[in-house]
Amino acid sequence: MIYFDNSATTMPDDRVLDTFIKSSKAFFANPSSLHRLGIEADRLLARASEQVAELAGMSGGTVVFTSGGTEADNLALFGLARGNRAHGKKILVSAIEHPAILRSIPQLEKEGFEVGTIRVGRDGVIDLADLADQLTSETSVVSIMHVNNETGAIQPLEEAGGLIRAKSRAVFHSDAVQSFGKVAIPVSENGPDAISVSAHKIHGIEGSGALILKKRHGLEAILFGGNQQEGLRSGTVPVAHAAALAKAMRLAAEEIGRAPYAEWRNGLVRYFGDFDKVMVLGAEENAPHILSVAIRGIKGEIAVNALQEQDIYVSTSSACSSRSRKESHVLQAMGVPDDYRHGVIRISFGRMNSERDITRFKEVFTTFMETIERV
Amino acid sequence: MNGIYLDHAATTPVHPEVARVYAELLTSSYGNASSIHGTGRAARKLLDDSRAQIARLIGARPEEIIFTGGGTESDNLAIFGTAEARSDEGRHIITTGIEHHAVLNACKRLGKRGFEVTWLPVNREGQISPDAVREALREDTILVTIMTANNEVGTIQPIREIGEILQGHPASFHTDAVQAFGEIPIEVGDLGIDLLSASAHKINGPKGIGFLYQKNGTKLTPPTSGGEQERKRRAGTENVPGIAAFAKAAEIAYESLAERHEQHESFKRIMTDALDEAGVEFRVNAGQAQTLPHILNLSFPGTDIESLLVNLDLAGVHVSSGSACTAGSIDPSHVLVAMYGEDAEELRNSVRFSFGYGLSEQDVRTAAEKTAATVRRLSGK
Repeated sequence: MIYFDNSATTMPDDRVLDTFIKSSKAFFANPSSLHRLGIEADRLLARASEQVAELAGMSGGTVVFTSGGTEADNLALFGLARGNRAHGKKILVSAIEHPAILRSIPQLEKEGFEVGTIRVGRDGVIDLADLADQLTSETSVVSIMHVNNETGAIQPLEEAGGLIRAKSRAVFHSDAVQSFGKVAIPVSENGPDAISVSAHKIHGIEGSGALILKKRHGLEAILFGGNQQEGLRSGTVPVAHAAALAKAMRLAAEEIGRAPYAEWRNGLVRYFGDFDKVMVLGAEENAPHILSVAIRGIKGEIAVNALQEQDIYVSTSSACSSRSRKESHVLQAMGVPDDYRHGVIRISFGRMNSERDITRFKEVFTTFMETIERV
Repeated sequence: MNGIYLDHAATTPVHPEVARVYAELLTSSYGNASSIHGTGRAARKLLDDSRAQIARLIGARPEEIIFTGGGTESDNLAIFGTAEARSDEGRHIITTGIEHHAVLNACKRLGKRGFEVTWLPVNREGQISPDAVREALREDTILVTIMTANNEVGTIQPIREIGEILQGHPASFHTDAVQAFGEIPIEVGDLGIDLLSASAHKINGPKGIGFLYQKNGTKLTPPTSGGEQERKRRAGTENVPGIAAFAKAAEIAYESLAERHEQHESFKRIMTDALDEAGVEFRVNAGQAQTLPHILNLSFPGTDIESLLVNLDLAGVHVSSGSACTAGSIDPSHVLVAMYGEDAEELRNSVRFSFGYGLSEQDVRTAAEKTAATVRRLSGK
């Protein structure tokens, strides 16, 4: 099997599983319990939290463990918007955010916030001039994802941060679910104040993620109950998940720039260049592990199924919306031509792939293109 | 593990069979259940099967089960989701003073957002009266949320009677069954429940997984947003291995329900008999009520909770003073306050013993002896 759908989810790494299973057994107690077992679990949790902050380049910051990337994004957007009302009620997000951010907008508007969206160009990268135009002193939260999940386009966070700092007091959040461990997250002063990560996108355990902040930045909780995690996220903290997330983040961070993804991607870009009917989406400097291409005149599902018959797994766009068969908001925002828009496939690499997978993919894809040329 | 773990109401170790299934699925079933390709479809099938399996256990339909990130999220989803969906019909909510904080604090928050909350009292056994529910019901009541069984003292609430009272009323009936699911049989249709919360880590399943039962037709607007998973009711990539492990844990719990019930009741007897024999003075909180078999909450007059917990812990008996969820604090239990009032001595000398997987009669006997010795030493008797 060749699994090229690592942007949807990844196979857990054995080393992460090992950490997860070991800590599940040895530290199963509730970290809020006052007995020794609880205290030991709490200690492991504290250590995981420190490591996660450090790996995010936010040493000494605040870590909120969540049930995944969606919850982390929801927490960031709702929690920072509500907690910073005093600064203003204007929120800015890019037009190509994950639905975890975009679908939160109607609720925020209901609560009296004014939400603006930042345009992207045909390369899928945000228009910095548009951001600059929309920023005001009343902007309280800006959320711009680091790497887009459908195209792999890298957003200029540092430049965006520079504008945000210059023109507002806004808290700057970035959904780094697709970028962590693949593209270095800027940690300078202009880098984001808060990022969301998800374990299962980096060979970790499903149902686990975190919102990591340089400091609390006024964050308010969105889940209410026993006031765990300093009141920022109620609910028994899954300690083993936290330890496994720290492990997955460490392994991923070690891989930045070292994995052969860029080489594979560039090779495939050249390869696709030979087909008249295939358009590579996004900029050349895109994230190395995601490559989306559009095939003229066919539906993406046709290609997905044909590849699958040869045991190669890719996806149409993002998994979250692929079952709903709605048109991708990202492709719309990028202005992909009509006759290409339905024929998008996304190829995304992970730790379990090898050079041989790329070679095999090319063989199968060439045959597929010959078939559709004939019919 | 050193010592004897008697804090199964706080969290439980994962059952070895569940751990095996979970570990296997983490590697073999890593498709995203929303992907349309083969591995995605395999994950989807597993998700569907797990959903059907859990639904069957509580007499629900598969589509009525929403998987969540845990009990707190389920409770929040039920309460905020109902408030959001039904605020046009009314803004009155009925709950009790002994709910888990996930319900308590959600209701308090709604109280600040223009909803009116009626807090029903409990008697000294920690039980609410169905009549009180009937009296509190108003035309604008949109939600009644009452836990199936209490997590600190174990009292089982008259859910069926409340369900009957609500038959003729449009209010949604939510019950937090986090502590009761897998310990006592629950048939949602039979009990007239519209919304029910449960959690995996209380029944030897993994942490970070729960579900909310939402009866078909019950209005709910989820407070979180994102992808269209769980029929748009709960966004986020479905945690398929965790969900399948939850289903496995539930299956094991239900298969062993009667057997564990009997075993835990006998543990209770062993514990109280041993304390009696040792001449220790104690009272069973909620002793006259019908309680969950695995929870035994005891008050030891003449002792002080902090030194009691520390000394029991040193003796290798791991218990807690109430719910673990008050995040490490030893604030007086709101449940005991509701039962006895603010000045009662029980608030300062009660310990929760809770039983579960892996405990033997001998463990319980040993724990009882160590407890007796500790209490005698501390109370100077």
